[in-house]
Amino acid sequence: MEKRVTFKGLWLPLLLVAPQLAITAVFFFYPAGQAIWQSLFIPDPFGLSMQWVGLGNFEYLLSDKYYRASFVTTAVFSILVTVVSMGVALYLAVLADRLIKGSGTYRTLLIWPYAVAPAVAGVLWLFMFNTRVGVVTWYLGLLGYDWNHVLNENEAMGLVVIASAWGRISYNFLFFLAGLQAIPKSVIEAAAIDGARFWTRFRTIVFPLLSPTTFFLLVVNIVYAFFETFGVIHTITSGGPQQATTILVYKVYSDGFVSQDLGSSAAQSVILLVIVGALTIFQFKFIERRVHY
Amino acid sequence: MATVTLENLHKSYGKVAVIHGVDIDIKDGEFIVIVGPSGCGKSTLLRMVAGLEGVSDGEVRIDGKRVNEKEPMDRDIAMVFQNYALYPHMSVAQNMGYGLKIAKTPKAEIDTRVAEAARLLQLEPYLDRRPRELSGGQRQRVAMGRAIVRRPSVFLFDEPLSNLDAKLRVQMRLEIKQLQRELGVTALYVTHDQVEAMTLADRMIVMNAGVAEQIGAPLEVYANPRTAFVAGFIGSPPTNFMAAPDGGQIGVRPEHVSVVAPDAGNVTGRVQYTEPLGAETLVHVILENGETATVRQDGTVPIPAEKQDVGLAWDKAVEMRFGSDGVRVDAR
Ligand SMILES: Nc1ncnc2c1ncn2[C@@H]1O[C@H](COP(=O)(O)OP(=O)(O)O)[C@@H](O)[C@H]1O
Ligand SMILES: [Mg+2]
Repeated sequence: MEKRVTFKGLWLPLLLVAPQLAITAVFFFYPAGQAIWQSLFIPDPFGLSMQWVGLGNFEYLLSDKYYRASFVTTAVFSILVTVVSMGVALYLAVLADRLIKGSGTYRTLLIWPYAVAPAVAGVLWLFMFNTRVGVVTWYLGLLGYDWNHVLNENEAMGLVVIASAWGRISYNFLFFLAGLQAIPKSVIEAAAIDGARFWTRFRTIVFPLLSPTTFFLLVVNIVYAFFETFGVIHTITSGGPQQATTILVYKVYSDGFVSQDLGSSAAQSVILLVIVGALTIFQFKFIERRVHY
Repeated sequence: MATVTLENLHKSYGKVAVIHGVDIDIKDGEFIVIVGPSGCGKSTLLRMVAGLEGVSDGEVRIDGKRVNEKEPMDRDIAMVFQNYALYPHMSVAQNMGYGLKIAKTPKAEIDTRVAEAARLLQLEPYLDRRPRELSGGQRQRVAMGRAIVRRPSVFLFDEPLSNLDAKLRVQMRLEIKQLQRELGVTALYVTHDQVEAMTLADRMIVMNAGVAEQIGAPLEVYANPRTAFVAGFIGSPPTNFMAAPDGGQIGVRPEHVSVVAPDAGNVTGRVQYTEPLGAETLVHVILENGETATVRQDGTVPIPAEKQDVGLAWDKAVEMRFGSDGVRVDAR
């Protein structure tokens, strides 16, 4: 079944993809090339000259204990954001799937957080958890808990995870709900007749049938946690305390723009570039093929 | 094995009533077919027996015990769905063994029972395949296999053959009937196809708009339809209806009518078109009063020309008389 439209000749197809190619070139290849080029130099303190160091920046980074710590931080942060945002979204989607009436309202309400920019979401959560005036902090205080994410590393991590995951829940929810609704009702009924109660049905039928959606979301959310949470972290913790929330992307920024260590910053971008590439290849090669039944 | 009793069974969705009170006592091992046009409530009725729909009023009893409040899994039933509802991520063997696995049956026994069902249904070569790698007929068999490995007391079928092509449908129809006989299981079978109903049923429930218009053995229903609806629905081509002087209707089956000379029949009309099918011929006639009638005559009888004026004759004894409410009025 060949459903693709095929164009004859060379010029028309080229013309049609040209705008896309141009955008990719200007906004991706050019900066990526620059980053790779810069990562091979160390500029002098005044930015007047650059000294060739080959892979020196990379060697230095890989032996730097702060950079390695940032890797661990990123891993913990990404896993937590992904698990929290997908877990909550799946739970809500299962509830909504059972709801026939009113699911429209429910869906609309749930999609709102997605429209909130990460930095704004950060401010919102920061406000609620503000160590002096935050409403949640106040209630936690009543319960005898002294919330202070400015000093406590785990609390800081928890807060940026929640703030980042929150914005993703609606996105994940929509995909999960669509995935759930694509499962024929009769299949679930057949399982019920076969003796499977709710949780068994979920474990043995629903979840396996959702796996293409789940794996897709897994990759998308990890990529999100890696790269798009900058705004949240910047507004809430600025990477602190003691770099406890400095994920790789944030370190590119703080080393490059705050510490003006442009060579190292460029090298870090190149490493991130490699990671995205690997994730993408992983998604296409492994997931697209494995997860279909 | 089990008896099934439906007592004054009602179903409403909100204010809309879709089943208006069905009563039947189904004997152990009986094959009951629920037949009627699309939307008349056949599936709803079956799903109430399955426990997939709540009962609004009345009672469902399996083996004498009320099951209204029981979950589907606690009713000792199995169901075959129109779209088969196979588990797409499981092999044929896993599909069939799923219910046993849930019930924590020992692995060896699951394997034996699945192998047995596979042999019965000629599915042995496909046990490791996924449903999407099977043809429609094979999927249908897997759905049957999934139902039989659990050895339920009651089989429920919701239009299990309507997604198959005509030839396969005839073949599977036969197999379902044989299987049910062999296993001696009570069966409820939903279809909109009256031929399927006639060939499969020990007794059939003819449904119309949520009402069981008639319950009886196929030939008995055919010979003595209780309402005009049943007379029109059971039998193909459908019964000819003519307005009666008293405001009711007279029904005559096409096979009871013959084409004669214009002045020799009970009524006269003009041949509209003919359908020679080989063994038989269908002659469609427009009567003088504008009503249409169909004659089903043997293939060996000469076929009248189109536009020809003819008479239609039948024995008054085969006439069926219905009142203005559609209910049969002549004593039977
Ligand atoms: N969940 C539901 N909500 C409201 N009406 C329904 C629902 N399910 C079925 N119906 C209505 O009940 C009637 C009978 O449906 P159904 O039992 O599926 O008919 P059949 O199987 O004979 O084609 C139909 O008019 C249908 O629109
Ligand atoms: Mg139906």
